[in-house]
Amino acid sequence: MTSTTESSPAAAQKPEIGKARLRKEDAHLITGRSRFTDNMVLPGMLHLAMVRSPFAHAKITGINVTAAKSSPGVLAVLTGADVAQEQGSLPNAWPVTPDQKAPAHPSIAVDEVAFAGEVVAVIIARSVAAARDAVELVDVDYEELPVVLDLEEAFTDQVLAHSTLDSNKSATWIFDSAEAGTGTSIADALANSEVVVERTLYQQRVIPAFMEPRSIVVDPTGEQLTMWSSTQIPHILRLMLALTLGIPESKVRVIAPDVGGGFGGKLQVTPEEIITVLAARRSGKPCKFTETRSESLQVGHHGRAQVQRLKISATKEGIVTGLSVNLLADMGAYLGLITSGIPILGAFMYNSIYKFPAYRFECNNIFTNKPWTDAYRGAGRPEATFAIERMMDELATELGMDPLELRAKNWIRHDEFPFTTVAGLEYDTGNYEAATDKAIALFDYDGMRDEQKRRRENNDPVQLGIGISTFTEMCGLAPSRVLGSLNYAAGGWEHAQVRVLPTGTIEVVTGSSAHGQGHETAWSQLVADRLGVPFENIQVLHGDTAISQRGLDTYGSRSLSVGGMAVLAAADKVIEKARVIAAHMMEASEGDLEFANGSFTVKGTEQSTTLGEIAFAAFSAHNMPEGVEPNLDSEATFDPVNFSYPHGTHLAAIEVDTETGHVNVLKYVCVDDIGVVVNPVLVEGQVHGGLAQGISQALYEEAVYDDAGTLVSGSFVDYLVPGAPDLPHYITDRTETPATSNQLGAKGVGEAGTIASTPAIVNGVLDALRHLGVKDIKMPCTPSRVWHALEEAKTTGGMQ
Amino acid sequence: MASSKNITVEVDGANYNDDVEPRLLLVQYLRERLGKTGTLIGCDTTNCGACTVHLDGVSVKSCTMLAVQADGHKVTTIEGMAQDGKLHPLQEAFHQCHALQCGFCTPGMIMASASLLTENQHPTEKEIREGLEGNLCRCTGYQNIVAAVKSVADGVEYDDSGVQSGADKTAGVS
Repeated sequence: MTSTTESSPAAAQKPEIGKARLRKEDAHLITGRSRFTDNMVLPGMLHLAMVRSPFAHAKITGINVTAAKSSPGVLAVLTGADVAQEQGSLPNAWPVTPDQKAPAHPSIAVDEVAFAGEVVAVIIARSVAAARDAVELVDVDYEELPVVLDLEEAFTDQVLAHSTLDSNKSATWIFDSAEAGTGTSIADALANSEVVVERTLYQQRVIPAFMEPRSIVVDPTGEQLTMWSSTQIPHILRLMLALTLGIPESKVRVIAPDVGGGFGGKLQVTPEEIITVLAARRSGKPCKFTETRSESLQVGHHGRAQVQRLKISATKEGIVTGLSVNLLADMGAYLGLITSGIPILGAFMYNSIYKFPAYRFECNNIFTNKPWTDAYRGAGRPEATFAIERMMDELATELGMDPLELRAKNWIRHDEFPFTTVAGLEYDTGNYEAATDKAIALFDYDGMRDEQKRRRENNDPVQLGIGISTFTEMCGLAPSRVLGSLNYAAGGWEHAQVRVLPTGTIEVVTGSSAHGQGHETAWSQLVADRLGVPFENIQVLHGDTAISQRGLDTYGSRSLSVGGMAVLAAADKVIEKARVIAAHMMEASEGDLEFANGSFTVKGTEQSTTLGEIAFAAFSAHNMPEGVEPNLDSEATFDPVNFSYPHGTHLAAIEVDTETGHVNVLKYVCVDDIGVVVNPVLVEGQVHGGLAQGISQALYEEAVYDDAGTLVSGSFVDYLVPGAPDLPHYITDRTETPATSNQLGAKGVGEAGTIASTPAIVNGVLDALRHLGVKDIKMPCTPSRVWHALEEAKTTGGMQ
Repeated sequence: MASSKNITVEVDGANYNDDVEPRLLLVQYLRERLGKTGTLIGCDTTNCGACTVHLDGVSVKSCTMLAVQADGHKVTTIEGMAQDGKLHPLQEAFHQCHALQCGFCTPGMIMASASLLTENQHPTEKEIREGLEGNLCRCTGYQNIVAAVKSVADGVEYDDSGVQSGADKTAGVS
């Protein structure tokens, strides 16, 4: 596409959908005019610091705050007992079973702490320094209790994570294709198949590690309590603040200003948010809390953390007949907003792009004395994809078959869509053959296999592996009726407003609150396209519940396919509203008007009027048609009828130094099919960032605990967020089969890279080393683990 | 609390004279005393680089310096990079290459990149990656950041069309 200047109305006639627009959001971020929450300063503002439990499980037997209270600059110290009557219990919006068990979750612990880092007291002071100084002066007496940290051990209930619960099991959730009527019996498949492969895989606990630490400012002055928070979910947060604290929702305003990344990690209602409200209400002054990075890593919710026991059955020819999944999912110590539902989202994805007939999924949600888990980029789906793609490689090895050939034998062919899966979803469109063919060509698959063979034959110290991941995901969360059937408390619609101002410029209000994705740019393209007005004349507003009253926020790759559709529907309503006024202005009948390029024209004449002229006529309202309100404002809500199903094929060439255990990603090719693309620049950015996080789970990241339950990887010194030298150059491309669940044909791209890349990397590492007897390496595949796996294979002769 | 020290610092072309606590970090001085909130704090262990500024033209992490250590020196922050209303070439390149998403690492990343290009005017991709290893980004996967820095080193001139040239692969989609 050529570059042209788009400032004139005539130029705006060119299609906006698909254009590589640069971002509107950048100007203030590259010049330092940012509005992150921690930049906020309000008159009389006080600062908070948290006193946190050093123990992972203990009774609180006494708290002495006398010294802290008299520390210079300290105004007050709050304990759990002080606020016990008003703090409520933090919300869980997804009781996955009717008998789900969950401990009460006060923001400030009252009697018992269940993970290291839990808040036990709060300092309110004139400065951050004064507040932090006083933290050291709070004297808390603890009576230590036994801790349970390991998921498999927690499942046995020998040590309880909470003394108030009689079991660590929160819920058991089962899907069985035979019972659901979506397929056949897994027991029969396992009993009657020629090949059964059984493996236990581990999803390590990882930390979202968004770059902006979470920050909260609460202003209690005036009639409405205003909260600025570094959150992905201003709308849900407002509702939950009202429900948790018993404040009328109309008295709460939540603003998410510039938000420095989230990746699911800011999809939460946090103790710190509740505490900042309590402190502001008590002091009558604006209060701010900004976490340190160590606090962020320690207590912000984590992701993944599952044990996956898997059985896959097949014929000798490589036709998969069934899959059994038995999960232990680590909730951590408490259920967050959707903690309990994360592994259940995965339940629908273990069958992935394949059409085997028998499937059983059982998940036990288990409490441990670690911080809560919850959404992290992909949320349940990366875990599922990792499991099935690892198992397909294990099965291919067992059968002596090329892993790509095995996949092709089992995937849904492009002419078989729409396809109802064994998990009960209807995949509308897809073309796995096309994406794979393109990836193979870009990767030079045969050439890489030749090189692999050469290195094996030469006993090259640096071996080569080829990692494959073919994937799909369910995006566009979500049809409200489906969420209802899964017992999720809220719907999955999205809301938008479009307003034509009297001067002809346009405001678009979206309920999808962005935090780096580029909605302002993409939504401007959508409206420019639909209304035929210049891209530059559109302002997108979001992230403030006083401006965007309704919304369900940003997660689950939902923004474009749900939120974007709401924007388009609102734009269409503007056109219909304007048509009535235009007809009146030009004394023509509505049926004789044509709308194009921002103007209504009377058919067969040169008589026309622009949206701006109509908006001004409505504003002055001197001569309105009977019964028509004087504005060009509209609003619309879109609720999807189905999920969207992006898919793709990722191929990774992985070098493993057998002498040092070092892993190098030599080449990474991904071909993603995310349906129709509104802005390829934004899409590319989302893919790159997703790949980085997925690769990083495979190679670098893990939340490590000592035996007492203390986070050892509690700073960026020890928790390895990769830097530029740690990641490869990505080769990306796309195929395009439009989604049918929304008019745009968009599927979603926010999580694709993360979901697909983790198994591609690990499959590649194992493919490099299997001939040396290595069967599995737990993530992250660090040099140490790789080297030890090689050493172990040498001593056992590969027979582990 | 220790007694205050008086410091004189030039920041983004303006001179400041302030009494500061000896333990005050340079980044806190910039943000809290001077209102230079364009410089951000992302960690407390000098790993992330979000707070990177220039001290006498050389990049430093302003969370690893005390304000008193900047006494008598010249500090440049992201807010001082654009001159006479014109973006610094790296600011323009970050925009053109889509080298930022949430934008939190961006001020530090641009300051570190500027310092890198002062030291090595024609870096390879590898040298750029290694030169930026002290700055973390969680959004972009680094590829576009590397491209932005490379484009400045290569003297690429951008037009002001608002559309990325060569980025649209729609034509190649099957």
